[in-house]
Amino acid sequence: MLNKIKTFWRLVRRLSGDDAYEQYLKRYALHHQTDNGDDCQPPLSKADFFRQWQDEKWNGIKRCC
Amino acid sequence: MNKLIKNAIWILIVVLGASAIGGIALNRGENINALWFITASLCVYAIAYRFYAAWIAATVLIVDDTRATPAERLDNGRDFVPTNKWVVFGHHFAAIAGPGPLVGPTLAAQFGYLPGTLWILFGAVLGGCVQDMVTLFLSTRRDAKSLGQMARDELGPLGGSAALIGTFAIMIILIAVLGLVVVNAMKHSPWATFTVSATIPIAILAGFYMRYFRPGQVLEASALGVILLLLSVAGGGFIDEHETMRIMFDHEGLILAWWVMAYGFAAAIFPVWLLLAPRDYLSTYMKLGTITLLAAAIIILQPDVKMPAITQFIDGTGPIFGGKLFPFAFITIACGAISGFHALIASGTTPKLLSNERDIRMIGYGGMLLESLVAIMAMIAATVLDPGVFFAINSSTGVVGVDAIDAAAKISSWGYPVTAGQMQNLARQMGEATLFARTGGAPSLAVGMASIFGSAFGEGLLALWYHFAIMFEAIFILTTLDAGTRVGRFMLQDMLGNIWPKMGETSWMPSVILTSAMVVSGWGYFLYIGVIDPNGGVNILWPLFGIANQMLAAIALCVATGILIKSGKLKYSWVTGIPLLWLVTITTTAAWQKIVSTDIRIGFFSAANDLTDKLAAGVLPPAKAAIAQKLIFNLHLDAWLTLFFVSLLWVIVFDMLRVCVRYLSGKPVPPLTESAHCPSRLVEDWVRD
Repeated sequence: MLNKIKTFWRLVRRLSGDDAYEQYLKRYALHHQTDNGDDCQPPLSKADFFRQWQDEKWNGIKRCC
Repeated sequence: MNKLIKNAIWILIVVLGASAIGGIALNRGENINALWFITASLCVYAIAYRFYAAWIAATVLIVDDTRATPAERLDNGRDFVPTNKWVVFGHHFAAIAGPGPLVGPTLAAQFGYLPGTLWILFGAVLGGCVQDMVTLFLSTRRDAKSLGQMARDELGPLGGSAALIGTFAIMIILIAVLGLVVVNAMKHSPWATFTVSATIPIAILAGFYMRYFRPGQVLEASALGVILLLLSVAGGGFIDEHETMRIMFDHEGLILAWWVMAYGFAAAIFPVWLLLAPRDYLSTYMKLGTITLLAAAIIILQPDVKMPAITQFIDGTGPIFGGKLFPFAFITIACGAISGFHALIASGTTPKLLSNERDIRMIGYGGMLLESLVAIMAMIAATVLDPGVFFAINSSTGVVGVDAIDAAAKISSWGYPVTAGQMQNLARQMGEATLFARTGGAPSLAVGMASIFGSAFGEGLLALWYHFAIMFEAIFILTTLDAGTRVGRFMLQDMLGNIWPKMGETSWMPSVILTSAMVVSGWGYFLYIGVIDPNGGVNILWPLFGIANQMLAAIALCVATGILIKSGKLKYSWVTGIPLLWLVTITTTAAWQKIVSTDIRIGFFSAANDLTDKLAAGVLPPAKAAIAQKLIFNLHLDAWLTLFFVSLLWVIVFDMLRVCVRYLSGKPVPPLTESAHCPSRLVEDWVRD
């Protein structure tokens, strides 16, 4: 039961974008563990990431009748 | 043995579904329990999903779960992101489900519950769901291209332009009609006006919270917003009781219309984080929450549907909108049965998240099934009202007159008894001054929902439930309004950018202001005319919206049918071909009648001529004579617009047929633009992370 609630809560967080920054960091770690070149930028701060994410998400046709 | 049990269960579902549909179709003269509607729907959906959708996915589209989707191939961590299917389903459903499936069935209930219900069920499983699923599939196979791009690539430049113009036109009409629904709900209702206005500062507050105070804490900000929204519903009650405060929020429709336009303009030029994004969160939670609550209330309470199966208004004399059952029932209910707008979400937006082709059936077909169920619940909420009450709320003063006693007498004379006292009592219970002629669908839906919620969760709070329902509808209507104005602005900037590149820069302020003003004046004009029209405006605007929306659906189905034939699947082309044929038939018939009918309640030109004659003869009351010229001009404009829509439809149908005939006779056609097969390497890692 507790597991189900946890899964549901994770779904809610994922759907709403509440965990978007965590996903971003996870992805960042995954993609930056192999390349050690100089072009590697440090990850964005939470506020900066959220700003970009939000501006992008509400661009284009996202809502219908 | 296992298979035997499975078969037995499906046979049971078929029998149950058939009896439920038989029950609601053959019932005459007696009240029927709303649970039958839910049972019939669930059985039809289950059968269609299990057999028809599965067959289309496996045999017609041949979905391939070993093939990498655009989300996987083009994964950039921003817009292209392979996502868990339930999350994609949630995003997709939240995007497609708007106020359309709530308003359409309410208006179409004037024909009785049966025509609308059958169209919602069978239109969805054979038309709307197929359109959404096939479009989603085609866009997924084409790097998540938009409908317009696919039309251009697969049919030719003509198809592409038609899709673009069609989208822009539908946006303008849609926003106007939705604006009208909100204005009519707030007209002379301080409570509703206060609550709806309060949603704006609440959204801004939530916007600041998630942008600056606690960046990225989306759920915290939303929870705060939802609590404040609920408080604002209760707060409206105090405003309504307060002598001076209530005057501040008690306005004529026209003043409210100007405010809605000012709001739309501001929302289109403000940054998204300030208003659009936080409001979208709040409206999505309210929408999902309220729909779940409504479903629970219907199941707990099992209300009786009091509307007859079929009313005499199928002959075209209906008080809510003129026109016979065929084709107008099918135009009035667009969203919920088949909605062209969904094709814009299913192409371009959703495919960027889809992690595996095997989820296309669940997201495309299943998402639309759920929307169809929302439309069924709206139909239930409209038809559990006493028919007399339903018609009293939804008939405009132009039809039943201004005086309450006369209006009640007139509605009773149709065979749907209602008294002025009964309406007065109901209005008092709902915390409104009057409920006569509250056209647009929102107030009657709110009364229906309030009576369902009231009986299920406590009778004493009817007024609170009523205004909660109004707030719930208004908040996502306003979301569609500002998102739509913004999209319209971008499209216009894009088009003007072809002429003068500077105009295409989406952040150049003069261009932003100019294009936003142009989009707002486009829908603002129709909203203005709708508000001053003594017949309520909805009766004109809603059919126009229906025609535009069905036209867009026909464009999507044309693209789909063309691609199926070009892929050598001629023998399966009926899957999209039959819904297309039906849409072309109803849209053309409706447009034809709106243009040439001699009935002044249907034909735009005959209404304009009638008004011109009356104006010349001096028989119009002074109030109406003053606006007659505007109404006449608007009727002409509407007629030409209808002609334009239907011509656009035929252009694209012929373009599709041209491409198909060329293909079948071995002549060169634009090549299929499907991207090459690339094996998927994605493992479903949702459970582990």
